Amino acid sequence: MYPVTTVHYLVLSVALLLIGTVGVLTRRNIVVILMSLELILNAVNINLIAFSNHFKHVSGQIFAIFVITVAVAEAAVGLGILIAMFRNKPTVQADEIELLKW
Amino acid sequence: MDFLNSIWLIPLFPLAGALVMLLLGRKLDPQHRSDVAEAPGLPHLPDEEHHANHQALQEPGTFHAGEPHPHSPFKRAIISVLCPGMVLVSFLLSLGAVIQLAASSEKVHEVIKFTWLAGLPFITQHGALARFAADFGFLLDPLSAVMILVVTFVGFLIHVYSVGYMGHEGGYYRFFGYLNLFVFFMLMLVLANNYALMFVGWEGVGLCSYLLIGFYFHKKSAADAGKKAFIVNRIGDAGFILGMLLMFAVVGSVRFLDVNAALAHMTPEASFGVLSAIALLLFIGATGKSAQFPLYVWLPDAMEGPTPVSALIHAATMVTAGVYMVARSNALYRLAPESSTIVAVVGAFTAILAASIALTQNDIKRVLAYSTVSQLGYMFMAAGVGAYWVAIFHLYTHAFFKALLFLGSGSVIHAMSGEQDMRRMGGLRKKIPVTYRTMLIGTLAIAGIPGLAGFFSKDEILWQTWSNGFPIVYVVGVITAFMTAFYMWRLMAMTFFGEPRMDEHTAAHIHESPKTMTVPLMVLAAGSALGGWVGVPKLWSVFPEGFRALEHWLGYVLEPAHAAEAAAEGAHGEAGLEWALMGLSIALAFAGIYAAYLLYQKRPFVKEPLQALGPLYRGSLTKWKVDEIYDFLFVNGLAKGGGTVLSKFDARVVDGGVNGAGWLTRSTSKISIWWDTWIVDGAVRLSSFLVKVSSYPVRILQTGSVQSYALVFVIGIVAIFGYYLVR
Repeated sequence: MYPVTTVHYLVLSVALLLIGTVGVLTRRNIVVILMSLELILNAVNINLIAFSNHFKHVSGQIFAIFVITVAVAEAAVGLGILIAMFRNKPTVQADEIELLKW
Repeated sequence: MDFLNSIWLIPLFPLAGALVMLLLGRKLDPQHRSDVAEAPGLPHLPDEEHHANHQALQEPGTFHAGEPHPHSPFKRAIISVLCPGMVLVSFLLSLGAVIQLAASSEKVHEVIKFTWLAGLPFITQHGALARFAADFGFLLDPLSAVMILVVTFVGFLIHVYSVGYMGHEGGYYRFFGYLNLFVFFMLMLVLANNYALMFVGWEGVGLCSYLLIGFYFHKKSAADAGKKAFIVNRIGDAGFILGMLLMFAVVGSVRFLDVNAALAHMTPEASFGVLSAIALLLFIGATGKSAQFPLYVWLPDAMEGPTPVSALIHAATMVTAGVYMVARSNALYRLAPESSTIVAVVGAFTAILAASIALTQNDIKRVLAYSTVSQLGYMFMAAGVGAYWVAIFHLYTHAFFKALLFLGSGSVIHAMSGEQDMRRMGGLRKKIPVTYRTMLIGTLAIAGIPGLAGFFSKDEILWQTWSNGFPIVYVVGVITAFMTAFYMWRLMAMTFFGEPRMDEHTAAHIHESPKTMTVPLMVLAAGSALGGWVGVPKLWSVFPEGFRALEHWLGYVLEPAHAAEAAAEGAHGEAGLEWALMGLSIALAFAGIYAAYLLYQKRPFVKEPLQALGPLYRGSLTKWKVDEIYDFLFVNGLAKGGGTVLSKFDARVVDGGVNGAGWLTRSTSKISIWWDTWIVDGAVRLSSFLVKVSSYPVRILQTGSVQSYALVFVIGIVAIFGYYLVR
């Protein structure tokens, strides 16, 4: 059986990070963008936990819990902003919301 | 009390009265809806009231008998006592000062309070450094002594008379305020110690004259007459100012004593020179104030004022200011024989012109007005031939009898309910006996009946014109004397004798005037009868020198010592001639009266007997058309013609200047608009333009799209990581 090492976790983490980043940059639906953001955060979490396991040190896990907490708050705020914006302009397409420009 | 050093107080009392009246008078005499009465006399009163007044007037012993407003008699009594009282105080102060002056050995007393006008120093014509300075100073010498006594005494009597005469009129306080103000200015005029301060009084009396002529200012003719007097006087005043300034330029002072001292070193001018010019300019001032040809036209119109005003201002005092001024400047006129001759000739011409007009006038006050002009002409005749003391003598006697005649005529008008036309009078002798008797004395005095005041002064004038070598002036004077006697008796005959010609309504109301009016008449009548006995001719040598006091008294200022002696010597040889001339003038006076008696008194007055003279009569009746000529030449010709020229000047030059200024402003504003738009605004817009242009490359980064920013983040992160990896 091929053992799952720290490297695998890191590869998964990088993959998730790239997927999330590309999602944030390319998708137009704000909800999907937020979801992609969650992917990025979760990539970080995996990274933290992987190193926590690797170094047998618990602070990585604690940090991951913090990140989850912040991610929840961020998601709530992000969705709140989205709803407030939707009331002004009934769209969820990020490229249609471009008022703050020259 | 030291009256001599208190002479500066003399004018201040009437001033105080005037200030109280003009500032507070409305409170003292508030009962009038309007401050203006319609006309002299009583015609506007309802009958019942009129009768009540009439009875009040007859009541003996009531001082304010003319009081028609029972609801404020006390307040009105304050005015009636205060204003004449102020003049009475002035008179008493003057009397005290004159008595002390007579007792003192120094006959010239000067009181200088402070320097009133002080100019910068400058170089005179002679190269000396002079400084225009005029004191607020007073000069009491025999000449001003006579004047202040005449002004305050006659002024006081006329104030008292006015209490009765103006009792029915509105604007009581205003009238007395003006009257007191007039006395103040007149006293300033005669007491001033320099020409500049004299000019203040000179202008002030003109102002009061204007105010009082226009007293009934609702009446257009009165307002017009006031304006006419003011404007005509201004013409003369211009001459006065020019004369005064020229004198200052030549002599270096306007103080009388300095001027006389400086002139004493000069010799009489052989031909017309600068001194003659000064004398002539001052005389132009005198012609305005003293109503001499050609500026006499205002005086007859001035009769629109209330009669006491005519008596005080336009007969007794103000109009004599010119004579006083010429006498005051006698040192100057002695040095300017040509100007003196002009003075005498103008005086003679005015005398006969005015007398010829007075012959046919029907308005009682107009006769007296022209008579005044004529008598003033006599005074200038005397001044012009060098007999200055005689001019002042005539001024003094004239003040009495002309004030008396005017006040008497006021009393007649009062009795006639405001009627002034003599053709509608007649037979008043019995009805107003006091007025008749006093006016009779005045008439005989002015006509030159021996023993009365006018005879002495007029005869002395005629003798002086003859003996000083002016036979033509003498002849004119004699003819005028005849005319004077004629027109004065004509006035008496038409007014007091013959059948009554007024309507019944007026006739029923004829009444003698109240005591406040008749007592001044009687006092003035006494003055007219006896006033001449201070200037008895030298010829009447039976009388001691005391009867010639006035000549000696005035001689201190008016006659240089040597001239007086020379005159005294020269007079001896011609005694026979002088008697003859005196007899001639007495004969002419009686002849004038007799002629008037034949024409106007002996047979009933139906139509003017002088109409037989044809064109002469019409010329005299229309005042020789002088007013019309002036209208044509000056009012229409000069004023209106000048008006068109001036309106052109206004339109072209003044408006042109204004328009030009406007155009200039607009042009310069166009330049500054251009500057603003292109330079100032341009700089601002240029800087904004530069900012805008430079912003183009930067602002394309700000797309507003969240994802493009995120992309930039990512690129940045990748770049940073790349940097670390490659390093």
